[in-house]
Amino acid sequence: MSGTTEKSPETDWRGVAAENQDELPERISFLLRARSRRLLAELLRPYRREIAVLVAVIVLCNGASLAIPFLVKVGIDSGIPPMASGQGPGTLVTVVAAVLVAAAIQAATRQVFLRRAGRIGQDVLLELRRRVFAHFQRLSLSFHEDYTSGRVVSRLTSDIDAIYEMLESGFDGLVTAVLTLTGTAVLLLVLDVRLGLVALLPLPVLLLFTRWFRRQSSITYRRTRETIALLIVHFVESMAGIRAVQAFRRESRNQEIFAGLNVDYRDANVRGMRLIAIFSPGVKLIGNVTIAAILFYGGWLALGGQVTVGVLAAFLLYLRQFYEPMQEISQFYNTFQSAGAALEKLSGVLEERPAVAEPRDPVPLVRPRGLVRFEAVEFSYLDGTPVLPRMDLTIPAGQSVALVGTTGAGKTTLAKLVARFYDPVAGRVLLDGVDLRDLDDRSLREAVVLVTQENFLFTGSIADNIRFGRPEATMDEVVEAATAVGAHGFVAALAEGYDTQVGKHGGRLSAGQRQLVAFARAFLADPAVLILDEATSSLDVPGERLVQRAMRTVLADRTALIIAHRLSTVEIADRVLVMEGGRIVEDGPPERLVRDAGRFAGLHRAWLESVSDLPR
Amino acid sequence: MPPDTGTTRSRRLRTASLWRLRSYLRPYTTRLVLIWLAALTGVGIGIAVPLIGREIIDGPVAHGDSGALLPLALLALALGTSEALLVLLRRWLLGEAVLGVETSIRDDLYAHLQRLPMGFHGAWQSGQLLSRATTDLSAIRRFLGFGMLFLVLISVQIVTVTGLLLNMYWPLGLLVAASALPIALISLRFERRYVDASRRVQDQQGDLATVIEESAAGIRTIKAFGRGPYVGGVFGREALKVYRTAMEKVGLSSRFFTFLEVIPNVTLAVVLLTGALAVGSGALTLGTLVAFTTLMLQLVWPISALGFILVMGQEAMTAADRVLEVLDTEPAIVGGTDAVGRPRGHLRFEGVGFTFPGTDRPVLRDVWLDVRPGETVAVVGATGSGKTTLTSLVPRLHDVTEGRVTLDGHDVRDLSLAALRTMVATAFEEPTLFSMSVRENLTLGRHDATEEEIAAAIGIAQAGFVHDLPWGLETRIGEQGMSLSGGQRQRLALARAVLARPKVLVLDDTLSALDVETEALVEEALRRVLRDATGIVVAHRASTVLLADRVALLLDGTIAHVGPHHELLARVPEYRALLSAGLDEPLDEQEALL
Repeated sequence: MSGTTEKSPETDWRGVAAENQDELPERISFLLRARSRRLLAELLRPYRREIAVLVAVIVLCNGASLAIPFLVKVGIDSGIPPMASGQGPGTLVTVVAAVLVAAAIQAATRQVFLRRAGRIGQDVLLELRRRVFAHFQRLSLSFHEDYTSGRVVSRLTSDIDAIYEMLESGFDGLVTAVLTLTGTAVLLLVLDVRLGLVALLPLPVLLLFTRWFRRQSSITYRRTRETIALLIVHFVESMAGIRAVQAFRRESRNQEIFAGLNVDYRDANVRGMRLIAIFSPGVKLIGNVTIAAILFYGGWLALGGQVTVGVLAAFLLYLRQFYEPMQEISQFYNTFQSAGAALEKLSGVLEERPAVAEPRDPVPLVRPRGLVRFEAVEFSYLDGTPVLPRMDLTIPAGQSVALVGTTGAGKTTLAKLVARFYDPVAGRVLLDGVDLRDLDDRSLREAVVLVTQENFLFTGSIADNIRFGRPEATMDEVVEAATAVGAHGFVAALAEGYDTQVGKHGGRLSAGQRQLVAFARAFLADPAVLILDEATSSLDVPGERLVQRAMRTVLADRTALIIAHRLSTVEIADRVLVMEGGRIVEDGPPERLVRDAGRFAGLHRAWLESVSDLPR
Repeated sequence: MPPDTGTTRSRRLRTASLWRLRSYLRPYTTRLVLIWLAALTGVGIGIAVPLIGREIIDGPVAHGDSGALLPLALLALALGTSEALLVLLRRWLLGEAVLGVETSIRDDLYAHLQRLPMGFHGAWQSGQLLSRATTDLSAIRRFLGFGMLFLVLISVQIVTVTGLLLNMYWPLGLLVAASALPIALISLRFERRYVDASRRVQDQQGDLATVIEESAAGIRTIKAFGRGPYVGGVFGREALKVYRTAMEKVGLSSRFFTFLEVIPNVTLAVVLLTGALAVGSGALTLGTLVAFTTLMLQLVWPISALGFILVMGQEAMTAADRVLEVLDTEPAIVGGTDAVGRPRGHLRFEGVGFTFPGTDRPVLRDVWLDVRPGETVAVVGATGSGKTTLTSLVPRLHDVTEGRVTLDGHDVRDLSLAALRTMVATAFEEPTLFSMSVRENLTLGRHDATEEEIAAAIGIAQAGFVHDLPWGLETRIGEQGMSLSGGQRQRLALARAVLARPKVLVLDDTLSALDVETEALVEEALRRVLRDATGIVVAHRASTVLLADRVALLLDGTIAHVGPHHELLARVPEYRALLSAGLDEPLDEQEALL
C-alpha cells in the first residue's frame, strides 16, 4: 500500500509554511473569539448558580474592602473632632468596631470565594482535559496522521496550562479588579460629584487603550501558542527517536532546529511582554496624571472650603485603589490573552468532526458471528488515486482467509476497511449484514480486531499490556492468552514475569517479544473477526511456528483475515485471495491455487526457495 | 520515573537549585542593574506621591495658600509621569532578559538530553521530560521575570513604608512593624506545606503528559481495540490526581491569602483608634494621621500580593529542582579523544557482558567475536536472546558492562562519539522516521550526500516508491512514517544506513517486513555494499543469513557457535531449530499440500 496518498492535496506536505495563523483577518479572528467564548460559556454553564452566588460573595467582599478606607475617613472626619472637644470616643469606637467587622466580613467572604472559585476552576479544567482527550480519541486516524502526536501533547499540556494559569490567578484577579473598579467609581461620585467626574474623565481613554492592547496581544498570543506547539512537536519527536538521533549523529542539526524554534517562541513572547511593557505603564500614567489633577483641583476646592479635608484624603486613597487594580488587570490581561488563544486552539480541536463518523442510531451487535461482506466497495485516498476500484467479496463466518499480493496491491486497505479505520468511498462493508457505518463503535471493536506490525506497548507491565485487549480479564485469562500464542515461555523466563515493566514504548522488550505480547493482547480480546496484518514479521522461525500452531485452534471458530509475506501463514488458511492492483485475481483454497499454476503458485515457489537454505 | 525525584531533598537544597541557575542571568547583568534601579526609583516615587498629598493638605489647604498648590500639583504630575516611564523601561528590558534566560536553559536542557544515553531515555517517561522543558521552565521564567523583582520590591516597599511610618509617629509605626511577625510565621508554615503540594502537582502533570503522549503515539492500537474510553479512563484518573493536588493547593493558598489580607486591616483599625487618641491629645496632626493611614493602606496590596509571589517562588524552586535533576545527570556515555586514522572496520567483541541497569540478570556474557574488515557476520538467536543489545554496543547506544568492544584496535569507549558513529551505521528493525521530508530522513547521517548518492542508496534499498510520492523526495512523511507500510519504512531506514557509507554496517533484522521478491532484490544489492564494509546482520531467516560469510549463534547470552551457515545447520541442533523450520515440519505439510 502506498499509504502517503492518504493525505489531501490541500495539506502542506513539506511542512515549511507551518500554519501561519497568527495574522488573521479581523473577521475570522472575531469568529474564533466567539467560538472560544462559546466553549467557555458551555464549560461554565453547570456552575451558573454557584457563579451567581460567588459574584454576590465577591461583591460583599469588595464592599467590605472598600468600606475600610471610607470608615477611616468617617473616623477622621467625625470621630476625632468630638474627642478633641471632649465628648468622648463613642463615635470613634463605633467606627473602629465597624472597621473590624468589615475586615472580618472581607476575610470570610474572601476565603469562601477563593475556595469556591478555585474549585470551579479546577472542575472546569478537569472537564476540559477529559473532553479534549476523549475528542482526540474519537478523531479518525487520518486526522492524527496529519496532526502529529506532538501537537496533541501541546494542546493537552501547554494550552491547558495557559488556561490553568488564568483560572488560578487571572479569574480571581479580574473579578476582584472589575468589581473594585465599579465600586470605587460609584463611591467617588457619591463622595463628591465634581471630583468624581474629574477622576473618571480619563476612563474613555483607558478603554480605547485597552482595546488597542487586546487587539495587538491576541495576535501575539496566537503566535505564542503556535510556536510552543511546534517546539513541543520537535521535542517529542526527537526524544521518541533518540536512538536514531544518536546513532546517526543528528544532534547538532537537531540542536539547530530546536534553537530556531526556541527563538521563534521567545520572539513571540518578547512581543507579548513588550506590549505589556507599554500597556502597564500607560495605565499607570493615566492614573498618575489623574491623581495630580485631583490633587490640584481637590486642593483648590478644599482651599475654598467646598470639600472637607477628609473627602480629599479619601479621594486620594480611592484613586490609588482605582488604578492599582488596573495595574493588576494589565498583569492578568496577558494570562487572559494567553488562555484565550489556548481556548481558541482547543475549541478548534473540539470542532473537528471524525472523518469516520459515529452512527446517529448505532446498531448494537449482540452475538457477532463474523460474516464479512464487501458490496461494490470502492476506495481511494483523498488525492483520488483509486486503491480498490470495485470489490465484491463475501467471507463466511469462521473462514480463515489469507491475503496475498505484492506491495501496493491493496491488502492493507482491505484490512483497514474491515476494521473501519476508513470508510469506503462507494459501496458498503457489512458485518453480519450490518453496514459498518451503522454499527455501534463498541460492538464493532469487540467484534473486529486488527493487529498490525506496529505493536505499540503502553507504559506498564506485560500483564497490563496483554489486558489491554480485555481490561476486565483475570490474571489466569492473561496467562492463558499468552500461553495460547506462545508468549508464556519468554514471559515466565523474565525475573518479574508478567509484572515486568515494558519500559517506554515497550523498549525493554525485543521486537519479537513485543509482537508476541501484541498477539496475546489480540487473542485475549477474543474478537469474531481477527485481522493480522504482517503481524508475525518480527518473530523468529520457532516463534512463528508456535503462533501458527496456536492459530489453528484460536482461529477455528472465528473469521480471520491474514496478510503475510511469509506464505507459511497460508497453511492455516481455508482460502487464499491473491490481490493485484486492488482487485482479486485468484480466489480459492490454497491446495487448488498451487495446482492451478497461477500467480499464487509462483509466489509459493519463490517462498519455498527463500526458506530453504540453498543460495539462489 | 527514576526513584531519586527529590521529594526527599531538603528545602534548603531546593532554594539552592534556583540559585544555581543564576549563571544564566549573567549575560544580562547591565540590564538587570538598570532594571533594579528603575524598579527601586519607581517604588520611591510611589511612596512620594501620597506625601505630596500630605503637603497639600497640611500646607496650602491648611494655610489658605493657593499659590503653593500649583507647584505641588505639578511636582506630583512630574513624579507620576516619571514613575510610568520607569515602569516602561523596566518591563521593556526585563522581557528580553527573562525570556533569554528561559530560552538558554531550554536549549541547554535539550542539548543535554540529546547527550544522555539510551539507558536514561529508557528510564524516563517522555512526559516528564517534556513537562520540564515547558511547564517548569515557564514557572522559572515567571518568577525571574515577575516574582523575584516584586518580591524584592514589595519587601523594600514594606520596609520603607514601615520606616516612614516609624519616622512619622513611632508608637503607631511600631504597631505596624509588629504586625509583620504573625505574617512571617504563617508564611513559613504555609511554605513548607505548599512546596510539597506543588512538587507533587508538577510530577503528576509529567505523568499526565506521558499518558497523553502515549495515547497519541499509540492511537492505532487504541483504535484497533476500541479502547478509547478505556484510555480515557486512565487519563481521567491521572487528571483526577492532578485535580486533587491542585485542590489541596487551592485550600492552602485560600487560607493563606485571606490571612494576609486580614492582618493589615486589623492593624489599620488599631492604628485608627490609637491615632485618633493621639490627635486628640495633640501628639499628632490631623494631616499626619491622614498621611499615616494613606501610607498604611499602601501596605495592604503588597502584603496580600506577597502570598501570590511566595507561591510563585515556591513553584519556581520546585521547577528548578526538577530541571536540575536532568541537567545534573552525567551522561554515562561520553566520547573519548581517539580517532581512527584510516578506518578499516575491524570489529572485535572481547569478553563482552551486558546487564541492564537495575537488573541483575545479564543479557550478554563473555561474548567473543572477531569480525574482520569487509567480513559479514550474521547474528542468530531466539527472540529476546540479546541480538539487538549486542549490535547496540558497537555505536555505544549502550555501553558494555564487562569486557570491551574494539574497532580497528581501539576500545570504542576511547573513540570520539562522532568518529565512532560515523564509522558505524545501523538500520534498525523498527525504523525511526521523523515528520520531515523523505530527503531529510534519508540524509540523517550525512546531510551533505549528493543526489547521485541518494539515488544509489534508494536503489539498493529498493525504495523507489519514494519517487511516486506526491512531492517525491521532498514529501513530508507523517510522524514515524506511519502512513507508509512497514516494508516501506524499513527500506527507508536501510537506505539511510547505506547512505551513511559506514565502515561497519549493522542490519538489525531490517528486512523482516519485506515481501519475498523485494527482499531478494534488496539482498542482491546489499551484497555489493557489504563487500566494502564490515557487516553485522541480525537475522531470523535463512535467506538473510546467507548475506553473511559466517554465522554467530547466541545462546543463553553468549556466542555458542560460530561458523558458516551450512556447517552450523549440520552440526548444531539449536541452530537448526531456529533457522531450518521452513524445511522441517511445516515443509512436510506443504509437500503434503502439493
